[in-house]
Amino acid sequence: MKELKQQKMTYRQAVREAMREAMIKDDRVFLMGEDVGLYGGCFNVSEGMLEEFGSERVIDTPLSESGFTGAGIGAAMGGMRPIVEIMTVNFSLLASDQIINTAAIQLYMSGGQFNVPLVIRMATGGGKQLAAQHSRSLEGWYAHIPGLKVLTPATVEDARGMLWPALEDPDPVLIFENTTLYNYEGYMPDNGSIVDISTAKVRRNGADVSIITYGIGLHKSLEAAGILAEEGIEAEVVDLRVLRPLDNETIFKSVSKTHRAVIVDEGWRSGGISAELSSRITEKLFYELDCPVERVCGAEVPAPYARHLEQASLPQPEKIAETIKQMGGLHG
Amino acid sequence: MGNYRMGTPKKTASKKTTEKKAVSAKPGKSEKIHLLTQMIRIRQMEEKTYEMYTKEKIRGFLHLYDGEEAVAVGIIENLDKEDGIVSTYREHGHALIAGMSMNSIMAELYGKAEGCSGGRGGSMHLYDKKTNFFGGSAIVANGLPMAVGLAMAYKMQNRNSISCCFFGDGAVDEGEFHESMNLASLWNLPVLFVCENNFYSMGMPFELAQAETDLVKKANAYKIEGAAVDGMDVMAVYDASVKAINYIREQKKPWFLECQTYRFRAHSMFDPERYREKDEVKEWKKRDPITTFTSRLQEEGLLDEDELNEIKKRVAEEVEESVEFSEKGTDEPIENLTRFVYSDEPKTLNKSK
Ligand SMILES: Cc1ncc(C[n+]2csc(CCOP(=O)(O)OP(=O)(O)O)c2C)c(N)n1
Ligand SMILES: [Mg+2]
Repeated sequence: MKELKQQKMTYRQAVREAMREAMIKDDRVFLMGEDVGLYGGCFNVSEGMLEEFGSERVIDTPLSESGFTGAGIGAAMGGMRPIVEIMTVNFSLLASDQIINTAAIQLYMSGGQFNVPLVIRMATGGGKQLAAQHSRSLEGWYAHIPGLKVLTPATVEDARGMLWPALEDPDPVLIFENTTLYNYEGYMPDNGSIVDISTAKVRRNGADVSIITYGIGLHKSLEAAGILAEEGIEAEVVDLRVLRPLDNETIFKSVSKTHRAVIVDEGWRSGGISAELSSRITEKLFYELDCPVERVCGAEVPAPYARHLEQASLPQPEKIAETIKQMGGLHG
Repeated sequence: MGNYRMGTPKKTASKKTTEKKAVSAKPGKSEKIHLLTQMIRIRQMEEKTYEMYTKEKIRGFLHLYDGEEAVAVGIIENLDKEDGIVSTYREHGHALIAGMSMNSIMAELYGKAEGCSGGRGGSMHLYDKKTNFFGGSAIVANGLPMAVGLAMAYKMQNRNSISCCFFGDGAVDEGEFHESMNLASLWNLPVLFVCENNFYSMGMPFELAQAETDLVKKANAYKIEGAAVDGMDVMAVYDASVKAINYIREQKKPWFLECQTYRFRAHSMFDPERYREKDEVKEWKKRDPITTFTSRLQEEGLLDEDELNEIKKRVAEEVEESVEFSEKGTDEPIENLTRFVYSDEPKTLNKSK
């Protein structure tokens, strides 16, 4: 590792740097959303950008999620490259008409004539005692929709690197930033790095079990892998990075190697992305599995406010480790 | 999915300003006859689609525009080629007047590969890149935010184009209408909002849906100037749109136009029309935009019977040809089912001009 060439920064800074870089490179790019300007972003992500780029490129919108998301679609179709920020996924439900009924399907309905090169960023996830209306993880739900691409950067490198290829993509891309990750620090190659928005990545190698996860789940899974390692169980951790389209190849390769799979997702299990993953693994690798696929997901409750209740509702490293220890053929 | 690249980043999002001429409020004989012809084209095309629906050549939802022709013609005839149009599921007329060929429209209704969207959109989703026709949306009011965004792009690129958005009275009930009006006004965007008030949203009478039925007042509440016109009178719509379009281009602000009109046919092909009296329809038919304008031109001595018959004959031929074209159309191969879910080739479509 060439420490010299690396720079420490927070996930928040990484997102900001990515946006700044894009706006400097291409003046078709602009940022629009609630409180992105004067306030500096509800999570402080765009702090300083209004001063740097001016109010024509960092646009504070009224609280009209449907209106400004749709305006982003129109601007994209009219030749611009907007980054629409929706404060959190919870409020994106008010824009879901525009995302699902418009952005996702213009290309198809027009027989290939009109693509929508739009990027929508939003914060997602729970764990901050914000109760049921502010703590959802609905990225898996958007991943249900053909026509959308769904990215879930979990590292500083991805937070920095995924935006530009998302802007280059001719189709609508949703980027989900887990709120807990904004303060997370990591190392960033000096010149930024080129990452793709199509593959999953193995973040930890291991021979005994594959933990398949994304977003905040990556960090909890890595912690679980640490716990397991002390007991002699080597977990491989696969960071999905992209929820749509799923990178089957990387997932199957890992599970073929370990013969055990556990999926970690803060989202709900019923009908969620974890169900899809479990199904794909079972369909493809049934005879290679040493034991049934396991899932550690968010409890099927609206997020509770009280800390102990909320924490109990979320996947935790201990729970992940415990689940794995119970899996067939493994001994701790 | 191919790996599309934006290419060399654009440092300047086109600063070329195309000069748009102010549209003229004084159409002469040939322009007036053209307006009539355009309305007849819509009417005859719609009657044919009705017929072909009953013959099961066209399926799904079909929303006809009979009675409302003066709105599409009176407005779109004054738009520039570069102006964007956003419409609804009742958009055959808008698409035709925007410059799409009747063949590509009819073939789309037939669900053929030769249709404008290769049979993926159907009646409610006509699109055409060449004429800047950004489609029909079948979600009520869902096109308004797109029109706002197109206008944003035009403004950011210093183009003098405007976006023109058609929607029904039902759209006024929706939040997207109000959000869009506010955004367009707040940001001084060149949007022409055209409400085609035909006094029903499916079976819901307008006055039972809106507490304030004066729509211009609503526009004014968003600090948008506007007017209400007789949407059965093509010249009234034409004059109102000349004023509106000139205002938008000069003032760089939105304008709201309510066109009061009436649909002669049922909402769609599945509508038993329990909500309105036959007499009401009969009364409105006396104000048929085509027959009234025809009489006016005849009274003014601008049109004789032979000329009128000639127009109708020519249009009938165009309609027949579109049917033949569609009958001969081919089916999009099933192998192409998943084509265009994502872009699979570099697109230059959206590059700023
Ligand atoms: C959001 C939404 N709600 C309901 C419908 C069902 N629907 C289709 S057309 C229509 C009436 C719309 O009336 P209006 O906007 O006045 O247009 P018109 O059909 O009269 O041209 C309704 C309720 C829909 N397509 N979209
Ligand atoms: Mg109506």
